[in-house]
This record gives sequence, C-alpha cells and structure tokens, in this order.
Amino acid sequence: MKRLTGRVIKHGRASGIALVSPEPISFFGMVDVDTGIVIEPGHPLMGERIGGRVLVFPTGKGSTVGSYSLYRLAKAGHAPAAILNFESDPIVAVGAIISDIPMVDQVDISQIHTGDWVHVEGEQVIVDS
Amino acid sequence: MKLTPYEQSLLEGAEGRGVQKAMEIVVALGRIYGAEDLVEVSSAQVAGVSYKNLGEAGLEFLSDWAAQGARVRIPTTLNPAGLDLHSWHQLGFDAEFAAEQQRVLETFAAMGIPPSCTCTPYLVGNTSKLGEHIAWAESSAVSFANSVLGARTNREGGPSALAAAIVGRTARYGLHLDANRRARLVVEVRCPVRSFSDFGALGILVGQQAHNRVPYLRGLDVSRLAGSVGIDLLKTLGAAMAASGAVALYHIEGVTPESGEPDIIVPDAEQITIADLTPGYRALDQSGHFAVDLVWFGCPHASLTELEEIVRLLNGRRCKVPLWVTMARTLQDEAARSGLLQRFEALGGRVVADTCLVVAPMQGLGFQSVATPCAKGAYYVPTHSGMAVHFNSPEVCVETAVTGRWVAEAGGVEG
Repeated sequence: MKRLTGRVIKHGRASGIALVSPEPISFFGMVDVDTGIVIEPGHPLMGERIGGRVLVFPTGKGSTVGSYSLYRLAKAGHAPAAILNFESDPIVAVGAIISDIPMVDQVDISQIHTGDWVHVEGEQVIVDS
Repeated sequence: MKLTPYEQSLLEGAEGRGVQKAMEIVVALGRIYGAEDLVEVSSAQVAGVSYKNLGEAGLEFLSDWAAQGARVRIPTTLNPAGLDLHSWHQLGFDAEFAAEQQRVLETFAAMGIPPSCTCTPYLVGNTSKLGEHIAWAESSAVSFANSVLGARTNREGGPSALAAAIVGRTARYGLHLDANRRARLVVEVRCPVRSFSDFGALGILVGQQAHNRVPYLRGLDVSRLAGSVGIDLLKTLGAAMAASGAVALYHIEGVTPESGEPDIIVPDAEQITIADLTPGYRALDQSGHFAVDLVWFGCPHASLTELEEIVRLLNGRRCKVPLWVTMARTLQDEAARSGLLQRFEALGGRVVADTCLVVAPMQGLGFQSVATPCAKGAYYVPTHSGMAVHFNSPEVCVETAVTGRWVAEAGGVEG
C-alpha cells in the first residue's frame, strides 16, 4: 500500500479502480456523455468506461466547454469517482468543482497503475496494487 | 491563499450553495496559478452564451446554478448569442435552436445579466479605467480592456468569469500583477500598415510569434490610431493577435496607456521585425477563385464609425451580394435613431444584431463563402462555420458586395 499526497482542487472522499491515461484529457468530444465511454480515436483510453473509476491523467486540454461536458457526465451518472492529475488545468478543475467530483493534483501519478484500488480523502491518496 | 473572513464565509456557504460554488471556482483557480489572495473586480464579461457552443450540458449547468441562488453582484455583460434575437426567423435560423437560445438568455437574466450579447462590451457602456481590475472572458475584449483601456484581466473562461461576477472577486495572478504586464517580445514594424485589414493581418503575424507573451509594437503610424477610427483599428489588431496567439495584452509605443511605463519591456525580450504583411493576408485568404455568397463586417462587433464608413464606400450603390454588419443591438438602435441604419438598409445592407458568423449555426443558411475585412472572423469562420473565406480591405469587400465579384488578389490590396 502506498500513501501519496497532493493539493486539493475539489475536496471530497471517494474510492475506485484506477484508470490511468498517459496523455492529457479533454472531456469535450472525447467522452460520449450518454455512456461515459471514451470515443476519441487514437486516445490511449479509447473504448474505456470512465464512470465510477478514479481517473488519473497528467493534465487537461482543449475547449472551455469541457467543464460543462464533465458536468453533464456527472448528471448522467457517468462521471469518474475522483480525478488525480500531475498538474491541473483550469478547465478540468472548474469541471470537477461544478460537478462535485473530488480532485487532487500535484500527485506523483507514476505510482498509480490502471487496475489499482485507490482511495482519495482530501489531499491523501492511498493506492493498493 | 489568504482569504478575508467574509470571503471565507462565502466559501463555507454562508450565502448559499450557488455563491459557495462560485467561490470554490475562484479559489481553486487562484490555487492553481499561485495567487496570494483575491482582488475585487468591478465588471465581468461572460462568454459561453451561444447555444451552439454551450449545448445542453452548459445550459443544464447554468440553470442549476441559477436555481441554487447564483446572482451577479457587479455589472456584467454577455458575449454574442447564436442568432439575432429579433429577426432570426427572417434570416432563416432554426426555430428549435432559437428556443434553446432563449432558455440560455432567460437563465442569464435570472442571474441578473441583461442580454447585451456583444463581444464589444466596451462600445456599449461596460468600460474600465486604467488599473481597474475586471474579470472578462472573450479573448478580443480581454485584449482591448488590457491593452487599450489599461484595465486588468486574465483570459477568463465562461464559468470562471461568471463565478467572479457572482462573488465580485477573482484570484490575483497573471495580468492582475505588474510584473506580468511587461513585454517579452518587441516587434519592429517596418512596412506601411494603413487599412483596417492591414491591422488585422499584422495582428495575425504578431500573434503567431508571440503565443501568450506580451508584445510591444514599434514603428506604427501613431496619428492613424487616434480617435474613433483608431479604436476600430486597435480592436481588429488585438482580436487577430488573440486568435492566432493567446495574446491578452499588447503595448504600442506612444499609443496604449502603459507603453510609456518605465521598464515596460523586460531586459531579455526577444526582438523581431515584420516588414511584409503578405503572409498575414495569405494565412486568412483562401486561395482559388470562387463566388462570394456573403460579405461580412463586424468581428469583433462593428462600431457606428465602421457602419458609417461602409455607407460612405457604398456611395449610393446597391448590394448585389448580401452584406451583413454584425453589431451590438444598442448600437443598431442608435443607428436607427440617427437615420444611419435606414441609409444602409436602403442600399440593401443588413445589420444583424446579437450574434456573429462564428457563434451562429451558419451551416443551415446556405452560404458557402464569405468575404470580410475582419481578421479574427476570417481566422475562425472556416473551422467554426464551414465557409470559405476571402480577406481584404473594407474597400475591396464593399466593391465585392456591389459588383458581386471578388476582385482582389491575396496580398494586401491597398484601399
């Protein structure tokens, strides 16, 4: 079991199976809002379902509409349980805040692998592989 | 980050969930960018208004936020909507889209924001003074406020500008701080820059090299940039820089209010020279001959001075090709009171208020190509609205409207 700490972007508590993307994520156009499945061709997470997972990626990218897309995913029940970033960007950060998704950045995400069980509580991130 | 007891109470929900959510957004952005505290802002400009960009997700979020008691506490203006709110039907826009757009504006109204629907809030009364802190979205308006008015704002996104309006504060980082307002790129302009489209082409070239740095421009004819015509030229210059780069602030020697400040240029600033505007014209004007379906002025939204100039160039001749001028509704009303609007319409011109070709669902209207002297519009229309673009001076564009033929070669036809 590993204990990591980061900086709280959106305070909260959540647990789930990690889904790790080595590449940045834009929620606008990348994820089908009705299913929570990644639909961006060529993206490392293509075909993965993000709902209920602890979603781990370096940083966000793309249009400011992405904040709203994350909100819509949350309302449809397909939002990630928590978001962990190396460096958060304003679009995903604002999306997490308005959607009540716990989010921590400045996390050493190289310590987390897809399939790990991750518990997030405030700035604490507990990883069980 | 240091918060006052009052700010802390808002963050803890003392004024309800809607205000709390706004405070959470402002504080989180401050944390991300290393702000030490918050700064009070005196006005906001909110983007993300067109239903085309917002979609159902955005509308749903805005309605929920309004229902949670989110209300703006400072003067706030709105970016353009997806259609002309009065004459959308005559222009051929879809009724279903119009209904969704109406819901968006009703939601903003519930938050206390009137439907100003313009990207030029500074032409319709949302003005700022030198050194005033504001929270504006809309890259061209951000550029104008910072550079020409000397106000201080970062490039806010739709939700963050709205959050700032709800709590009356934004995080103090970026362009709110003196150190970040200094130029890191010096641009020596060594060619004539005369017409409206010349200034747009120059802006495209500067933006490409500046990325998100603050440029300092030298060598422009300062007398050209005076008065209301000067305002129009600075408006298109800044909008172009913000489109091809992410320039939120520029200085022009002897023109913009902070250009004379000591140490306004950092010692290790990069120096570049621009001696030819042709690449700027080429970047915007799509090569190959095609008919022009529409001639468009007003990106950013046109001023009354621009509309007067178009009527002067028409010189009593009627348009063969539709000629649209997009502008703020309050300015259209003013033009109607002075008779300018009637003179323009008598020659076949059309003022389209509240919207523009970038944020409107133009695909449904059957226009394949557009001619415009507006660099920002020319930059975005191909990807956002799927039309081919010709870019040249106002003179060439008006001749195109009158003759129905595109006459200019790309590369800076003199007007």
